[in-house]
Amino acid sequence: MDIKTNNNIIIAENLSKKYNDSIVVDNINLNIGKGEIYGLLGPNGAGKSTIILMLLGLTEPSSGKISVSGFNSTREPLKVKRITGYLPEKLGFYEDMTARQNLAYTAELNSINQKEIPKKIDEVLEIVSLKKNKNQLVKQFSRGMKQRLGIADVLIKDPELVIFDEPTEGLDLKVANQILETTKRLNEEKDITFLISSHQLNLIQNICHRVGVLSKGKLIGEGGINTLGGNLFGGGKYRIEVEISEVSKDIIEKLKNIDKVKNINQDGNMIEVVCDEDIRSEISKTIANSGLLMTRMNIKDYALEEIYLKYFKEE
Amino acid sequence: MKSILTVYRKELADYFSSKKFIILLGLVYVAGLSSVYVSLQNIRAVATVYNENIFLRLFTTPGDVLPSFITFISFFIPLIGIIFGFDAINSERRSGTISRLLSQPIYRDSLINGKFLAGITTMGIIIASIVFIISGIGLRVIGVPPSSEEILRILIFIFICIIYGTFWMGLSMLFSVIMEKTATSILVSMALWLFLMFFLPIIANAIANSLAPLENASAAIQIKNFTIGQNILRISPSTLFSESIMTLLIPVGGHFMLQPVMTSDLSKMILNPLSISQSLLQIWPQLIAITALAIICFAISYIIFMKQEIRAT
Repeated sequence: MDIKTNNNIIIAENLSKKYNDSIVVDNINLNIGKGEIYGLLGPNGAGKSTIILMLLGLTEPSSGKISVSGFNSTREPLKVKRITGYLPEKLGFYEDMTARQNLAYTAELNSINQKEIPKKIDEVLEIVSLKKNKNQLVKQFSRGMKQRLGIADVLIKDPELVIFDEPTEGLDLKVANQILETTKRLNEEKDITFLISSHQLNLIQNICHRVGVLSKGKLIGEGGINTLGGNLFGGGKYRIEVEISEVSKDIIEKLKNIDKVKNINQDGNMIEVVCDEDIRSEISKTIANSGLLMTRMNIKDYALEEIYLKYFKEE
Repeated sequence: MKSILTVYRKELADYFSSKKFIILLGLVYVAGLSSVYVSLQNIRAVATVYNENIFLRLFTTPGDVLPSFITFISFFIPLIGIIFGFDAINSERRSGTISRLLSQPIYRDSLINGKFLAGITTMGIIIASIVFIISGIGLRVIGVPPSSEEILRILIFIFICIIYGTFWMGLSMLFSVIMEKTATSILVSMALWLFLMFFLPIIANAIANSLAPLENASAAIQIKNFTIGQNILRISPSTLFSESIMTLLIPVGGHFMLQPVMTSDLSKMILNPLSISQSLLQIWPQLIAITALAIICFAISYIIFMKQEIRAT
C-alpha cells in the first residue's frame, strides 16, 4: 500500500520543541506525500499534538523547520491554514448556534464568497450525512454527530491537507469506524492528504498508508504497517515460534541454513525463527528429518499492537 | 482586517441574542427610567432656584428615595463591562472552539480585537439608548429644549461612559485571558470592583484621619485631610469617572469636588456656570487617566493572549 511520491506536502526538518527544560519534540524529520494517509502514533504526551500545533503555526518550533506545500508554517501560517483543515482533539462548537451557523462562521473566516456559502454548507453536510440536522442547535448533537460536523467544518475550505487529532477518541466502535470510512473515501475521491494522530492504532491501522511511531518526542519507526514491524524489531517480517522436544546445536544450525531465515533466538525448548516469508513447512520438515518432535508452532506477523506494546508498555 | 469584521459581526450577534444582554438592558432601563421619573418630580423645585441648564438636571437631580441617573449609571457601567468581558477568551478555551477558530486563516489578534470592538459597540448601544430615551422623555415633560452646549455635554458624557465601560471590560477580559475558569475570572473582576467601590473610600478615610486628625483641626489640617483622602481615592477609576461626569453635567459648582473648597469661601463666591471648554479643562487629567487605564488593560490582555500556548487540552 506504500505510496511512493516525491511530491511531499509536509516536510519537517530537524524539528524540535522544548518547554523550559523538557524536550517535547526531539529532532524529527518527516516527509508526508501528497495523497497519503499518514498515521502519527504514540501514547499521550509523546509530542503528537505539539507537532501538529507547530505545523499549523500555532506554536513556534525551538529549532528546525516545518512546511506545508512549501509554505513555512512559522513564517506563513495564514497560507498554511488556508489549505489545511484541522480537527482538534477537544473539538468544540458554539453550542447555542445551529450546525449551519457554525459552518457559516468558519466559511466566512476562510473568506469564502458569501453567495457560495449556503451551497458549500449543504455540500459538506451531505458528505457527513448531517444535512437533515442543518438547522438543529449543536448542543442537541451527540458526540459522534459533533465529530462528523467537525469533519464538515474542516472540509468547507476545500483543504489539500487535513489533520485529525485523536479523531476516534471517546467514540464507540461503530461511530469511530464510520469516521474512518469517511476519511478513506475522502482520500480516494478528493485526493486529500490526511495526517491522523492517534493512540488507538488498532482502529486506524486499516486506513493508514504509512505510520510513524512517536515515543518521548522521537520518531522511532516509520513505514507501511507491514514493513514497520520488521524495521523496529530488526530483520524479518514474521516470527515463527517453535517448541521442540529437545534442542541441540545441530538443529539450530540446520534451521539457520534454511533460506530466508534472518535470525534465530533460543529460550529453553522454544526457538524463535525470524524470517521474511512464511516458511513453516520448511521448518517442520527440517525438524521431522532430524527425528525430533515438534510440540507447538505458531506464527506472528507484526501487528501494530505488538509494536505498540513493545514501545509503550511503560506508559 | 476582514477577519476582524467577521469575528466582530458574530460576537455582536452573540451579544444581542444573549440573555445577559437582555437582562442588563432591562436593568439599566428600569433604573434609568425610575431615576428620571423621580428627578422629574423634583426638577420644578430645583428650577425655581437655578434656572440654567435645566435639561442636564434630568440626569443629576436625585429624588427623595432614589439616587440620580448618574449615580445609577456609575454603578451599572462596571457591571456591564465586567459581564461583557469576563468570559471572552476562557469560554472559547473551555468549549474547545479556540483551537478550531485559530486554525482558520486568521491572525490570532483578530479574535481578541473583534470581541473587544463588539463589546464596546454593545455597551455604547446600551448607554446611548437609555440617555436618548431619558432626553426624549425630558423634552416631552419639561418642554425646555436643550441648548447646543447641553447636547454637546450629553454626547461627551456618553463618550466618557463608554470609555469607562471599556476599562472594566478590558480588565475582565484580561482576567479571562489569564484565568482558566470563567467562574474565577468573574469573581476576581467583581471582587476588584467591590473593593474599589466600597472599601477604598473606607480605607482612604481611615488613612486621611490618622495622618491629619480632624478633631479640633485648623483649616489647613482639614484641607490636608481632604487632599490625602481624595488622592487615595483617585487610585480608583470610579472616582475619576464620577469626578468627570459631575463636573461635566453640573456646570455650576460641579467642579468643586475636584479640590478642597471651604464653606466660608463658598458663601462669598458668585456662582456662574463653567463654559464647556472650562469644564473639559478641569477634568482633562481624569479623562486621560481613564483612557490610559482602558488601553493598558487591553494591551496587557492582547500581549498575553498573543503569547499564550493554544493547547487543545
